[in-house]
Amino acid sequence: MTDIILEARNLTKEFKGFVAVRDVNLQVRRGTIHALIGPNGAGKSTVFNLLTKFLAPTHGQILYDGRDITAMKPADVALMGLVRSFQISAVFPHLSVLENVRVALQRPLGTSFHFWKSGSTLHDLHGRALDLIEAVNLTPWAHHTAAELPYGRKRALEIATTLALDPEVMLLDEPLAGMGHEDIERTAALIKRVSADRTVLMVEHNLSVVAHLSDTITVLRRGEILAEGPYEVVSKNAQVMEAYMGTGHA
Amino acid sequence: MTSQIGAETGVEAGVRAPAGTGARTPLLVGAGLLLAVAAPFALYPVFLMKVLCFALFACAFNLLIGFAGLMSFGHAAFFGTAAYVAAHAAKAWALPPELAVLAATLVAAALGLVFGAIAIRRQGIYFAMITLALSQMIYFLALQLPFTHGEDGIQAVPRGMLFGVIDLMDPLAMYYSVLAVFLAGFALVWRAVNSPFGQVLKAIRENEPRAISLGYRTERYKLLAFVLSAALAGLAGATKALVFQLASLTDVTWQMSGEVVLMTLLGGMGTLFGPVVGAALVVTLESYLAATSLPVPVVIGCIFVVCVLVFRRGIVGELLARWPK
Ligand SMILES: Nc1ncnc2c1ncn2[C@@H]1O[C@H](COP(=O)(O)OP(=O)(O)OP(=O)(O)O)[C@@H](O)[C@H]1O
Ligand SMILES: [Mg+2]
Repeated sequence: MTDIILEARNLTKEFKGFVAVRDVNLQVRRGTIHALIGPNGAGKSTVFNLLTKFLAPTHGQILYDGRDITAMKPADVALMGLVRSFQISAVFPHLSVLENVRVALQRPLGTSFHFWKSGSTLHDLHGRALDLIEAVNLTPWAHHTAAELPYGRKRALEIATTLALDPEVMLLDEPLAGMGHEDIERTAALIKRVSADRTVLMVEHNLSVVAHLSDTITVLRRGEILAEGPYEVVSKNAQVMEAYMGTGHA
Repeated sequence: MTSQIGAETGVEAGVRAPAGTGARTPLLVGAGLLLAVAAPFALYPVFLMKVLCFALFACAFNLLIGFAGLMSFGHAAFFGTAAYVAAHAAKAWALPPELAVLAATLVAAALGLVFGAIAIRRQGIYFAMITLALSQMIYFLALQLPFTHGEDGIQAVPRGMLFGVIDLMDPLAMYYSVLAVFLAGFALVWRAVNSPFGQVLKAIRENEPRAISLGYRTERYKLLAFVLSAALAGLAGATKALVFQLASLTDVTWQMSGEVVLMTLLGGMGTLFGPVVGAALVVTLESYLAATSLPVPVVIGCIFVVCVLVFRRGIVGELLARWPK
């Protein structure tokens, strides 16, 4: 057991000559909530894509729990317990809310290739699925299709689906975007609660939530790390303040 | 909050399996079965068998496009290859019909595995183009290989004795055998769509990156769907070869690949009954128009264009979307 669960070493990603992420060194400590913040286009989502292997890095290395995962496939990384959400709400729109969560729960059954089995063999999962749905306050929507949900609720469903895998590390890309005030509080509390026995790495623009939740904050600007540390330290950094003033965030 | 839901109920029922349709489905299925059993007493059995073969072909295609979101433009390769294999096995090797059809279906499945393994990593138009190119290679082989007899095809294929006891030269015996094959194929599609596998497939169709992020190696699921679809398309082609006692180049042309796309879209892709309705419609139109002096492809083409413009979800898809639950 190393103290660092997820580590990026000299991570660089170029898109046709444009460097979106430059030489990023990131260490995420086990059991913490770690926030990645920065102005639009700073490269936060790209870092997420790199860490979860949805993009291959141009240079650099990624270590998960001490193992080099740089050459692995995204699905395999997910199976190891490194599960992400997406910035653009990622639900299965024409499946019901219940089915959305159930898809995440069904893989461990080992019947996911069984095309001859009745779908009713999945009904055993409904109890757990409904518990997760309850946790994100979606119970009244359980039997609606995900497409019917307002945007903020879709984000909540996404969190429930991610949680269904009981991941060791959860990477959340702007989980609170588009949520109403009440849902933000509820979801922030949920993130705090579920972080008790896992690690959370999140990108979030809502700085008051970030300040409140995070143990560590990494500030990214133009693909490079500008500052890192607890909120009290990072927020007093002159460069960070400038970067945020410059783009209208505060 | 509830008012917001009402405003957003523009859900595409067309791409959903008619799962929550309640008591209506068994009724419809029962009525359909009765019709199918009684039909040969009112209509030509050969016409009905053609409808059934194409309906199965379209169901196979629909499994891929409607439930896995993969658009193949080369499905004639499986249909036609199986027709040749079944015809050759029945004629040259004198295999009984059930074994000839089984062998042909297995060959189609194997071909599907090869095609799938090559095409599955590509998306959208690239996937369609690769399947088209591969099926053109099959067409070339069918034209050149000696056992297919080039332009003539394999003619006078014996239907044989099913399980050694049922003489398939009897039109009714043949019809009910074809009906049984169709129902078995349809049941398999229905089961697959509603199985644990079907759930994952739908998730992949809906949002592949999300399915990957949940730990699904999506290529393997798509490949299995492709093989199943190829096998069922083969089953349809092999059965058709016995019905018409003929395997010919028509069955492996790209037009045949296009026809199954048309049937499926017309009926409603992603619905279970859509492909059946689409196939019945196209086959019926073709046989009516053949007796007139109208240019068949032009008329079918116009109907297709109108249908796609008016019923974006296909006939069954629109019905499901508009029918109050
Ligand atoms: N696939 C791609 N091809 C080319 N450029 C890309 C690609 N993905 C991202 N970029 C560019 O890389 C930069 C970083 O993008 P990224 O999405 O990582 O930013 P972000 O920090 O997540 O921003 P936001 O807060 O707006 O989500 C942007 O300039 C973007 O245009
Ligand atoms: Mg982003």
